[in-house]
Amino acid sequence: MRITQGQFSFLPDLSDDEIRRQVDHAIGRGWALSVEHTDDPHPRNTYWHLWGLPMFHIADGAAVVHEVNACRKAFPGDYIKVNAFDNSRGVETTVMSFIVQRPADEPGFGLVRQEGASRQLRYTTRGYAAERPAGRRY
Amino acid sequence: MNLPVDAGIVTDPRARYAAGVLKYKQMGYWRPDYEPKDTDTLCLFRITPQQGVEPEEAAAAVAGESSTATWTVVWTDLLTACDDYRAKAYRVDPVPGTGPGTPTEQQYFAWVAYDLVLFEEGSIANMTASLIGNVFGFKPLKALRLEDIRVPVAYVKTFAGPPTGIVVERERLDKFGRPLLGATIKPKLGLSGKNYGRVVYEALAGGLDFTKDDENINSQPFMHWRDRFLNCIDAVNKAQAETGETKGHYLNVTAGTMEAMFERAEFAKELGSCIVMADLVVGWTAMQSISHWCRANDMVLHMHRAGHSTYTRQKNHGVSFRVIAKWCRLAGVDHLHAGTAVGKLEGDPRTVQGYYAVCRDAVTRQDLTRGLFFEQDWADLRKVMPVASGGIHAGQMHQLLDLFGDDVVLQFGGGTIGHPGGIRAGATANRVALEAMVKARNEGIDIAAEGPEVLRAAARWCAPLDQALATWKDVSFDYTSTDTPDFVPTATAAA
Repeated sequence: MRITQGQFSFLPDLSDDEIRRQVDHAIGRGWALSVEHTDDPHPRNTYWHLWGLPMFHIADGAAVVHEVNACRKAFPGDYIKVNAFDNSRGVETTVMSFIVQRPADEPGFGLVRQEGASRQLRYTTRGYAAERPAGRRY
Repeated sequence: MNLPVDAGIVTDPRARYAAGVLKYKQMGYWRPDYEPKDTDTLCLFRITPQQGVEPEEAAAAVAGESSTATWTVVWTDLLTACDDYRAKAYRVDPVPGTGPGTPTEQQYFAWVAYDLVLFEEGSIANMTASLIGNVFGFKPLKALRLEDIRVPVAYVKTFAGPPTGIVVERERLDKFGRPLLGATIKPKLGLSGKNYGRVVYEALAGGLDFTKDDENINSQPFMHWRDRFLNCIDAVNKAQAETGETKGHYLNVTAGTMEAMFERAEFAKELGSCIVMADLVVGWTAMQSISHWCRANDMVLHMHRAGHSTYTRQKNHGVSFRVIAKWCRLAGVDHLHAGTAVGKLEGDPRTVQGYYAVCRDAVTRQDLTRGLFFEQDWADLRKVMPVASGGIHAGQMHQLLDLFGDDVVLQFGGGTIGHPGGIRAGATANRVALEAMVKARNEGIDIAAEGPEVLRAAARWCAPLDQALATWKDVSFDYTSTDTPDFVPTATAAA
């Protein structure tokens, strides 16, 4: 399957050039950028691992693409995403987020149904890969 | 108003309060010298006076009948600090484009100021009862519209506002940098719970973020609300596991009593829904109650503006939707249907952008070309996500993104479920169109002009989008708007 989190997962994977253009858009808006990675892409896992620290006051978008590729090299089997952050008053949150690497094989999630009272079910979205310990999932 | 009286302010207090009838102007409701205070509520009314009623008297009458006046002098005024409680009409202007030589009867804009003391803290029911509860039926006025309102920060701070707000909603969904996508389940009425859930599942699995109950889906013989809730939550969880994304369905908790609304909301929470919805027709008090419940239970609140167009649509009479939107933000909703501009329901583009500004701004600036007459400081009140819903389709994605930006929910009901390839294909077509357009816009492409080419390029590799564009390419809703701004942007010499 193909996890469709992020801004552009329904489009063909972005090339480095296309990533660079999105990064330049963020820099033009005065936003900070960060690279994150994970081997636990559960939709409720919002804290992926930080790759280095977020980058503020970036002069050149090439630096961000460089970090993306460094992260890819270090974690070739992980999901990697690029985020942009807007710190202006009343926003102070992530304003862009898109996946730039995914593992070659994405087993995805199964739905576990736990019978409850009456007609109710308790649902768990369970990642097949997450059955294995961290570092050995993809 | 048809008894002969002396004109002019009555300065002798004994004469002022003698039994009888005075003009509203004479009773202190017309105050052209008045400087509005930062703590005053300011209202802009559009008045069409009856024949023979002067504009300043009409404005004073509106001020009077929306504050302390009655049609004859009452001595009991003297038991109060009556000058403070009186609303003050402080300015009257003729409305451009009305009067002799135009198709519209002469209208006047009247500005009225209301002291903070008049309003109960945290009660939209009180504010509305005060401002629109009486004066709109007044015989000397042929027509009256509350066009815009400035709510003072002092009063804004008495409201909790949206329970979630745009920022926290996105953080809960983990979705940033693009509009959210939704669809109302169609047909509007008649599906059973099980069949309804099928539509929800297909649409969410195909790529939409949300699906939605329609405003009139509450609990009817063809589908009881509990069966809808059970089936929808099943569909939501299936789609979530299949896609790896957080999904939601707005479960409509509108009911005949407040108690029944709470019962339905509690069941939605028990089942693990992230969002519920209610219809505007439940009223301001119910809206505030369900809003407080949503904050206490970490639930997003979607508000459908059901019924608003009975009184928001005609320019000469009623309440403008921008005022309704302001009241909804104070009362506390997270989503609010606010117009599409290009779809099947009324909404001139600039006027609709004005509604979006009221929902999303930290400080809404005055902008007469968008019908925004006042600056409105929201004092860090959370922001409402506007919802565009009604007759829109993937072929309009560039227009929608260009008009409204990212912080909007775009809902394509017919535009998903009516797709020739099926519901899932319809959802995918919309999602691909949206992502392609956002990507293109970020790359610096002028989507207003080049949007159709961006869609065509994506359609070359996305068959569902290709089909969607072919099916609906000739659909547009070109009718004259009934409610356009009075002030149009003028071309500059440099343009």
